[in-house]
Amino acid sequence: MTVRIVDRRFDSKNKSSVNRSRFIRRFKGQIRKSVSDAINQRGVRDLDNGEKIGIPGRDIAEPQFAHGQGGTREIVSPGNDRFVTGDQFERPQGGGGGRGRGQASRDGEGEDDFVFTLTRDEFLDIFFDELALPNLVKRQLAQIEQFKRVRAGYTQSGVPANINLGRTMRGAAGRRVALGGPHAIRLRKLQADLDELRKTRPEDDVEVQHLRREIVRLRARIESLPFIDPFDLRYNNRIRIPQPTTQAVMFCLLDVSGSMDEARKNIAKRFFMLLYLFLNRNYEHIEVVFIRHHTVASEVDEDDFFTSRESGGTVVSSALVLMQKIIQERYSSALWNIYGAQASDGDNWNDDSPRCRELLENALLPVCQYFAYIEITDGAPQNLWEEYQKLQGSHEHFAMQRIATVTDIYPVFRELFKRRA
Amino acid sequence: MTQMPVALAKPLPVGSEWTFEAITEYDEAIGEVAREYGLDCYPHILEVISAEQMMDAYASIGMPVYYNHWSFGKHFLATENRYRRGQMGLAYEIVINSDPCIAYLMEENTLTMQALVIAHAAYGHNSFFKGNHLFKQWTSADAIIDYLVFARNYIAECEERHGVEAVERLLDACHALMNVGVDRYKRSPRLSLEKEKLRQKEREAYLQAQVNDLWRTLPPRPEAEAMPREEKRFPEEPEENLLYFIEKNAPLLEPWQREVVRIVRKVGQYFYPQRQTQVMNEGWACFWHYTLLNTLYDRGALSDGFMLEFLQSHTNVVYQPPYNSPYYSGINPYALGYAMWQDIRRICENPTDEDREWFPDIAGSDWRATFDFAMQNFKDESFIAQYLSPRLMREFRLFSVLDDDRRGKLRVEAIHDDSGYRLLRQQLSEQYDLGSREPNIQVWNVDLSGDRSLTLRHFVHQRRPLNEYNDVVLEHLTELWGFKVRLERQNSDGTVDLLTEKKTERRRHN
Repeated sequence: MTVRIVDRRFDSKNKSSVNRSRFIRRFKGQIRKSVSDAINQRGVRDLDNGEKIGIPGRDIAEPQFAHGQGGTREIVSPGNDRFVTGDQFERPQGGGGGRGRGQASRDGEGEDDFVFTLTRDEFLDIFFDELALPNLVKRQLAQIEQFKRVRAGYTQSGVPANINLGRTMRGAAGRRVALGGPHAIRLRKLQADLDELRKTRPEDDVEVQHLRREIVRLRARIESLPFIDPFDLRYNNRIRIPQPTTQAVMFCLLDVSGSMDEARKNIAKRFFMLLYLFLNRNYEHIEVVFIRHHTVASEVDEDDFFTSRESGGTVVSSALVLMQKIIQERYSSALWNIYGAQASDGDNWNDDSPRCRELLENALLPVCQYFAYIEITDGAPQNLWEEYQKLQGSHEHFAMQRIATVTDIYPVFRELFKRRA
Repeated sequence: MTQMPVALAKPLPVGSEWTFEAITEYDEAIGEVAREYGLDCYPHILEVISAEQMMDAYASIGMPVYYNHWSFGKHFLATENRYRRGQMGLAYEIVINSDPCIAYLMEENTLTMQALVIAHAAYGHNSFFKGNHLFKQWTSADAIIDYLVFARNYIAECEERHGVEAVERLLDACHALMNVGVDRYKRSPRLSLEKEKLRQKEREAYLQAQVNDLWRTLPPRPEAEAMPREEKRFPEEPEENLLYFIEKNAPLLEPWQREVVRIVRKVGQYFYPQRQTQVMNEGWACFWHYTLLNTLYDRGALSDGFMLEFLQSHTNVVYQPPYNSPYYSGINPYALGYAMWQDIRRICENPTDEDREWFPDIAGSDWRATFDFAMQNFKDESFIAQYLSPRLMREFRLFSVLDDDRRGKLRVEAIHDDSGYRLLRQQLSEQYDLGSREPNIQVWNVDLSGDRSLTLRHFVHQRRPLNEYNDVVLEHLTELWGFKVRLERQNSDGTVDLLTEKKTERRRHN
C-alpha cells in the first residue's frame, strides 16, 4: 500500500485573504489612522509601498474568561539551581523564575501594539478609500467608443488591396514543391535510366522511345502545376479594437519660487505625490503633465518636478499660460478630460493675481473637468487666494483649500477629491 | 532495544532535495517499522504545501476548511509578520485528526525534515488520535471535515441572508464563550454530515417551539400566586456549558443564530481533547519519530548525514530551558512528554529499585503494552500524576513555588528530593488540569418569572480572580441572551457576591 501524496502547492494560496480583508475592514478606523500617520512619516518616493501598521493590542483582543493575577497558585518550574524547600524570596519583576505576579510582563504584553504589514494594494485602498476623481464619469458615458484598427496576422480572404505578396508567394512556392516533388523524383530516375540505356541502345530503340515519351509526359505534368493558385492567396488581417476615450490628463502646477521654502515645497510635493498615485491607481489611461514655475514656467518630467530646486520671483500666470498652451497643442478637450491641480504659497506679484483669475475663468475652467488649488501657508490668505475666492461660488468644478502643516495634507486631499454624489 | 529482528534494510534516498518518489520510499520504510512496533494508525494522506499555505493553515487552527472570521485574519497577519521578520520558523508539521489523517509537508523542508514529519505526524500523532480515549469519545475523526464543510457553507449562507456584520457580531460573542462552551464530562453525540443537514431544519423548528414554551406568558393562575413560592432555579443544576445553554434557552435568538452558536460549540468541543493532551500527544509523537528513525538507522537504511540533521532538529524540539534562561517560557510540552515516554520505556526495560518501589505494576513489564495502556487511557493531568518518576523530576530539576498574594514573598514548596516528589508531581499534574487552569463559571439561574435575567456564578478556586476581560465577555453574553446578565462570585467559604451586571442596550430586531 503506497501512501497518497497530494501536491497542494498550486492550490489557491490565499485561503486567508477573506479573513485578512475582514480583519482590515473591521479595524479600518485604527488602520486608517496608522496609514495617515505613515504618510506623514514617509518620503515622497516610497509612498507606493506597503506599510507596517501597528494598532493597539487591546482593541483587537479576543476576550475570554480567564484568571487574572492574584490568589494563590503553585508554579512548577524546571532547572532548579539554588533552591531548597522552605526558601523564600522576593517576587521577580517580569518573567524569570516563579513568574510572581508577572504584573509587568503580562500587562505590558496586553498594551503592545499588534503589528502587521499591509500590502501595497491594501495600503492604497485604505488611503484612497471613498475618493474618486470628480466628473470623470460625465464624459466617460457621453463619449462613443472609438475603434482603432490594428494588424492581427493573415487571413485567406479579403480584398485585393490587402494581399500580402510575400506570404502569398511563399505559400505558392511551398505548394508547388509539395505537389511537384514526387514527379520530379520520378523524372530524375527516368532521366538516369535513359542515360544508362543510351550507352547500349540506339536512339530508335523501343525502350528508349518509351522512356522519352514518359519524360515528356511528366514534364508536361510538372509544367501544368499553376504558378499561383487562389488557394495561396494571403491577405493582411486587421481587426478593430476599442480605443478607450476616457483618457484624462492631469496638470500639476507647482510654485518653486523663492518664497516657497523647503518645507512648503515638501508639502506641495507630497500633495502631488498623492494625486499622482491616486490617478495612476484609478484610471488606466491617464497622462500627467508637470509644470513648475517661478517667474517663467516650464514643463518637466516627474523626476525633475519632485526633486530639482529653483528659486526666484513668482509669476503664477506663467504656469497657467503654459498649461493653456499645452492643452491647445496636445490635449484637445474633445478627446481628453482635463484636470488641474495647483499648489502655491499664494505669494504672487500683485498685478498678476487678477490675470491668473481671468486666465482661469476664461481659458482654463471652461475646458477643465476639475481644477483644485491648494495654498500652503500658515499665515493670512495672500492676494492669489482672494482673487481665486471670487471664482469659488460660480464654478462648481473649482475647489480651493489651505494647508498649513504636513499633517493637513491627507484630510484636505480627501476633502478635495471626495466622492461626490 | 533489540526485540526487533535486525535485518539490513535497503538504504533510503539521501540528499536534502526531496522528490515524491523519495517521500513515498521513506513513508513505506517508516510505515513498515511502525507496523512492526504495532502502532495502530488511521490511513493517512500527505499533502505538500508551500510556506504561505502553511500560514493559512495556521490561521485556521490547521483546518483545511473553516468558516470566515476576522480573528483568523488577525492570526494570519501575526504569523506572517513574525515569519517574515524571522522571529519564528513555521512549525514544520500540522496534522489533522481526521480519518484519513492528513499531514502537511512543507515544500521548503529538506528530505530529512519530511521524513521526520512523516514519522512524527503521520505515524506518531495519528496513532495517538486513533488510540486515546478522549479523541475516541469526543471527536469523530471520520466526520470532522464534512462537518467543517457544512459549517463553512452554513455560515456563508447566513452572511448572505443576514449580512456579514450580523454574523460577525454573533461569532464574536460565541468565540468569547468558546472555552466555557464545552462539555467536560458529558459525551456529545457523533457528528455526521447527512444527519446534521437532515436534522438541522427540524431542530430549528423544534428548538424555537421549546424556547417559546419556556417563555410562555400565560396569565398566572391565582391559586398558584397565592401559594408560598418556593425558590426554584432554572436550570435546576448549574450548567457548565454556556454555549449549550444559550443555544437551547436564549429567548431572543433566531433559529439561524442558534445554529451558528451550535457550530462554534461543536468546533470548540472538537479541539477540547487536544488542549487536554498536549504533553502526552506531542511527547508520544516525538518518542515515535525518534524511535522509528533510529530503528531505520540501526538497520542501515539511513545515512549518517541524515541522522545528524534529524538529531539536530530533534534536540531543538525537546529542549527544556531552565527557569532562569532568557528562552524560558514555561515547561516545554514536547520536552516533558518526550522525556516521560522515554522514561516509561526505561522503567519497563531497565527498572531500578526506586522504580520498582514507585511503579510496581509497570517496572519490568512489556513496554509496548504499557505504552498502549498509558496512551489510550490518560490525559495530561492524570498521565503526569500516574507516570512522572522521581528520576525524571531530578533530571528536570523541578521545583515548586507558592505564590500567595497575601504574603510578601514567594516560597519554595517542594524540590526534587524525597520529601518533595509527591507534592511536586501532584502540583505539576494540577497545572495541566484545565478545570483548575481555567475559571469555573456556570449558569446558575434564570429569573423566569421576573426580568428574565441570567445569572452566572464563578466558583473561585484558590481565591484567583477573573482577569479584566470578564466585562467584555459578559457584554457578548448579554448580546446573545438578550436580557440582563449578572456575574456572581462564590468564594470558597460559600459567600456569594455580585461582580458585574450588564443590561442590554437594545433589543435586537434583525
